[in-house]
Amino acid sequence: MATVEDVLESVTQKQASKYKTIEVQKDIEPQLDLGNLLTVDQNPLELKKFRADKEAYLKSQARDNTQLLFNAIWKLPTERVEEAICVKLPETTTVLPREKPIPKAKPPTRWEQYALLKGIQKRKKGRMVWDEESKEWRPRWGYKRANDDTKDWVIEVPGNADPNEDQFEKRMKAKKERIAKNELQRLRNIARATKSKVPGVGLTPTEKPSKEEVGLALHLAKKSTASLGKFTEKLPKEKEAKHVGKKRKFEPAIGDFKKEKEQQLNIINVMENKKPKLDITKAVNRVIIQQDQDASDERRKRGGKVKNRRGPPRKKGAGGFGKKGKAGKGKGQKGMGGKGKGKMGKGKGKGKGR
Amino acid sequence: MRPLTEDETKTFFEKLSKYIGENIRLLIDRPDGTYCFRLHKDRVYYVSEHIMKRAANVSRENLVSMGTCFGKFTKTGKFRLHITALDFLAPYAKYKIWVKPGAEQTFLYGNHVLKSGLGRITESTNQYQGVVVYSMSDIPLGFGVAAKSTQECRRTDPMSIVCFHQADIGEYIRGEDTLT
Repeated sequence: MATVEDVLESVTQKQASKYKTIEVQKDIEPQLDLGNLLTVDQNPLELKKFRADKEAYLKSQARDNTQLLFNAIWKLPTERVEEAICVKLPETTTVLPREKPIPKAKPPTRWEQYALLKGIQKRKKGRMVWDEESKEWRPRWGYKRANDDTKDWVIEVPGNADPNEDQFEKRMKAKKERIAKNELQRLRNIARATKSKVPGVGLTPTEKPSKEEVGLALHLAKKSTASLGKFTEKLPKEKEAKHVGKKRKFEPAIGDFKKEKEQQLNIINVMENKKPKLDITKAVNRVIIQQDQDASDERRKRGGKVKNRRGPPRKKGAGGFGKKGKAGKGKGQKGMGGKGKGKMGKGKGKGKGR
Repeated sequence: MRPLTEDETKTFFEKLSKYIGENIRLLIDRPDGTYCFRLHKDRVYYVSEHIMKRAANVSRENLVSMGTCFGKFTKTGKFRLHITALDFLAPYAKYKIWVKPGAEQTFLYGNHVLKSGLGRITESTNQYQGVVVYSMSDIPLGFGVAAKSTQECRRTDPMSIVCFHQADIGEYIRGEDTLT
């Protein structure tokens, strides 16, 4: 006779056996990277189970790890988006290797800065435009574009134009100038972004250049020769260019006197440090003189002992010493000059040896 | 009028130190007032601060001179000392040459000093050292460059040059127009 409790128990057991347990027991906690939905399990494999049935064991391990991952995911804050429970995954913690570092944001160009300032939004224009002439959709820019004025097969010569002027050529030239201008602007933006120096050209072609622009263009053209304009002749009525060349900046005449003094004293100090403190020739001379002095003293002593002395030793000694000193200095100088300052010892040795 | 740039100061001090060596400090750091060096039309002037401030009020074309002119920078950037700097070189000079009374006249006319005119010379003068030339009565006559070191001076023959002439006080008359 089955009791109610027995029935209930069996039902729960059946239900429980349908779903495997959501609790997982692991020795070492696996590392979870929820941003990448990644679980890294570093537990050692149970070799017995592994050898018994490889597939089943690996499958059970995978199942356990996925269970742990999902447990963690369910812990995140959920939101309901159109009948589905969604979870916002956090930032990934694993660093994926990159060949090159993440590129830096480019600084905004002049136009972009202006647009930001004025609040101008970009309006996306479609690529294709309806061309009335050819009655078809043509690209707005690029190959086979609509409204290409260089492709006109007939051009009306305007009333005030020179009859010998080639209007087709004129249009081609204008196009080339526009291309060059665009290229210049692009390169200038790049130079500005990389903070490299841009030569102050100011010669982007304009429709109607002003008098100053023409003058500037003239002077720049004059300078743009291999010898920097030294040999280009001046036109009969050409005026000298003002404000050319780099402006040198000087300190004000009545500036900071203390600072000036300090700077000057610094310069003097640097000069002093550069000069060698030990005057090699003087030192060598002094040594040689000392040696000669000692030698002459000894000779005098010896001379005093011997009965027949040869004349006044002093004068001779002085003369000899003077000459020897001179000769010694000469040799010392040569030695020093030849071998440089570092080898003073050798020079000394030389003097002694002589 | 402007102060000297670093490079100009370096060139200038190197030239000065050939004659007075370390004593340039005494010119820069004076106990009795602030003196400064100013450049005007390529000439270096040594002038006290308050005179310089007055001179700053004169326009560039009209200003002729202020303080003491030490010398000028040539077109190629070298510095040339003028005789007007003698008042400041003489008291601080490291190496001196005394000239005999007979040879004074010839030095003041712009000739070099020969061994026959050499009276005294400071011991241990190197060759090509900047020297100040004095008369036997200790009056500074000018300055020059030693052609021979002291030792060599003793041994050479009497007609050889011992000091190259650089500037003498006779120039005050000869070069009246160019000195400022």
